[in-house]
Amino acid sequence: MATLIDTPPPTVAAPTSKSAGGGLGRYILIRFLLIFPTIFILVTLVFFLMRITGDPITAAQGGRLPQEQIDALVHQAGYDRNLLIQYIEYLGNIATGNFGRTISDGRPVVEMLVKFGAATLELSINAVVVALLVGIPLGMFAAHKRDKVPDAFLRMFAILCYATPVFFAGLLLKLTFSVGLGWFPVAGRASTTTELSMGRLAAPTGVYWLDALRSGNLAAFGDIVHHAVLPAVALGLLTAGVFLRLVRTNVIGTLGKDYVEAGRSRGVSEYRLVTKHAYKPALIPIITVMGLQIALLLGGAVLTETTFEWKGLGYQLAQYLTARDFVAVQGIVMLLAVIVAATNFVVDIAAALIDPRVRY
Amino acid sequence: MGTTAFEPRKKSLLDRLPVSSHIRQSVGLQRTMLLIGVVLCAVFMVAAIFAPLLAPYGYSQISDDAGSFPAQAEPGGKHLLGTTVGGYDVLSRVIWGSQTAAAVIVAAVLMSIFLGVFLGLVSGYFGGWLDRVLVVIADAIYAFPTLLLAIVMSIAINKGQSGFWGGILACGFAITAVFVPQYFRVIRAETIRLKAEPFVESAQVVGASSARIISRHIFSNATRTLPLIFTLNASEAILTLAGLGFLGFGIEPSSAAEWGFDLNKAMSDASSGIWWTGVFPGLAIVLTVVGLTLVGESINDLNDPRLRGRKAAGAKGGPGSSTAAAQAATSADVRGL
Repeated sequence: MATLIDTPPPTVAAPTSKSAGGGLGRYILIRFLLIFPTIFILVTLVFFLMRITGDPITAAQGGRLPQEQIDALVHQAGYDRNLLIQYIEYLGNIATGNFGRTISDGRPVVEMLVKFGAATLELSINAVVVALLVGIPLGMFAAHKRDKVPDAFLRMFAILCYATPVFFAGLLLKLTFSVGLGWFPVAGRASTTTELSMGRLAAPTGVYWLDALRSGNLAAFGDIVHHAVLPAVALGLLTAGVFLRLVRTNVIGTLGKDYVEAGRSRGVSEYRLVTKHAYKPALIPIITVMGLQIALLLGGAVLTETTFEWKGLGYQLAQYLTARDFVAVQGIVMLLAVIVAATNFVVDIAAALIDPRVRY
Repeated sequence: MGTTAFEPRKKSLLDRLPVSSHIRQSVGLQRTMLLIGVVLCAVFMVAAIFAPLLAPYGYSQISDDAGSFPAQAEPGGKHLLGTTVGGYDVLSRVIWGSQTAAAVIVAAVLMSIFLGVFLGLVSGYFGGWLDRVLVVIADAIYAFPTLLLAIVMSIAINKGQSGFWGGILACGFAITAVFVPQYFRVIRAETIRLKAEPFVESAQVVGASSARIISRHIFSNATRTLPLIFTLNASEAILTLAGLGFLGFGIEPSSAAEWGFDLNKAMSDASSGIWWTGVFPGLAIVLTVVGLTLVGESINDLNDPRLRGRKAAGAKGGPGSSTAAAQAATSADVRGL
């Protein structure tokens, strides 16, 4: 168990950062510039890896058409040209903002990203809400009951959260609550009628519950929430374990501080000590690590979406990968890389503001 | 928390091995968690090694002398855990699956420890442009959702055709690509921290060569967290393998049994109330990962006197706090991929 009994809560470093103002500015600039190589490396990696995997025409027509015809089609599409030329062409297209059309279903990549990205965003928000609601209170409780029986159970719970693959959690939830008790639907984002009414909205955000609320369609909102519960719990529990441990560790760290002892001697209740005095300063490192969770969440989203047939980026990515649709895959990877790189930038800056030692 | 005191045993070879010496050090809750972990890992390893003897049938066997196996038979009788749609025996596939998982872990973890530790030590100790370049590349890969990278890698390596060893190597490589940056980051961070310690400085003053300082002074200290990373990594490897299998980018069902693939097939059974095809492979994953995690974390706590159970820590010396922050960073790094 990564219990860090003596973790010093990173003392807020405002004065120090002022004295090293030039250093901080330089650090932020370097970190910002590093976003671009990050995206560049991932895009390059995926470009070449995807080319090794084959081409979309063979994946779609292999076995159905004679080899000569396939070769002709591949030639026509230009996939048999020198890889470097294709790569430079691709970079040129990206630089001019041209992401192309998906090969397998001919949509503009940007439109595809916006449509399915909204679904993934919705799932991620729901999951984070579940994770925070479960992780933070339980973490504070575990810290309060440190080394007692409830703490032991919560530690096991956190490990179980991590050890259970989202699709297995999804399967158990489905078996219990959909098939067994019949409380929640088995799959999907909404029932067909709701999907249709959401599609008819004038300027949809794509996040269903937001759209339903904006159009005042309460029946649809209820239906969406009804569908959202199981996927959100499956994905949320994965991150809840991480939050639980973090909150526990950090609250234990701050509970040992003099000012908490001072509060206790003034007669502040134990509940208030944990939830107010010790919890607030412990939040700083938690926020930092939360940013790092975005990658875990996005990876988990792929599995959750497949489990619950939630038509988002992850679900589509699996389809496009099978079809060897590199244009679509590159588009999705590019978007994910941008999200991850931007979050890391923000996290790095936050970490540098909190702890000046990070900067060298 | 019991009040178990140390039980002195005969000083056999067993007591000097890493895990068993840790069991002796531990007390109370910590010992319980470590023991549960050890038992789970032992079951996993026994199943993996003796799969041919333990499994009642082959992993792709759908009939025996008495005729074809029934499809989707309920647990009990000839098939203790039931059969799948295709007529596979669930118990056999769960047992054979541990062999696949073990092979993938060994392949992936060995490759990534070797590469990651080496790069981390060199990069952290020497710094400079090499360090910058490696950090940028590692950060780019590390930050990216591991599963996606593993999928793309496995398609690239596999190209569709996958026998047992081909599939295992493909999964191993895919997981290695994901994990090298993690080892790299953790070891590099530790190396940078250790570089500022007085004992490294004094070694430099005495005139020890860089190779000696790295291999003797830093390596042995920086790798204190390796058991933790190893077990977390092994459990990550299992989860990644299962994820690949679940999405259909893993090993072919006819060439090996794989828990994730079986879960994928079980999803459609769930809606008709057939639970045994999915629950058992799923439980196998969860128990194995829990076992590995418990062992890794307990060893980590026991190696650090400040994290040892309170009674043991009291006996061994007072608490310190200088490395706790670094420890926090490493564990969070490992955990928060």
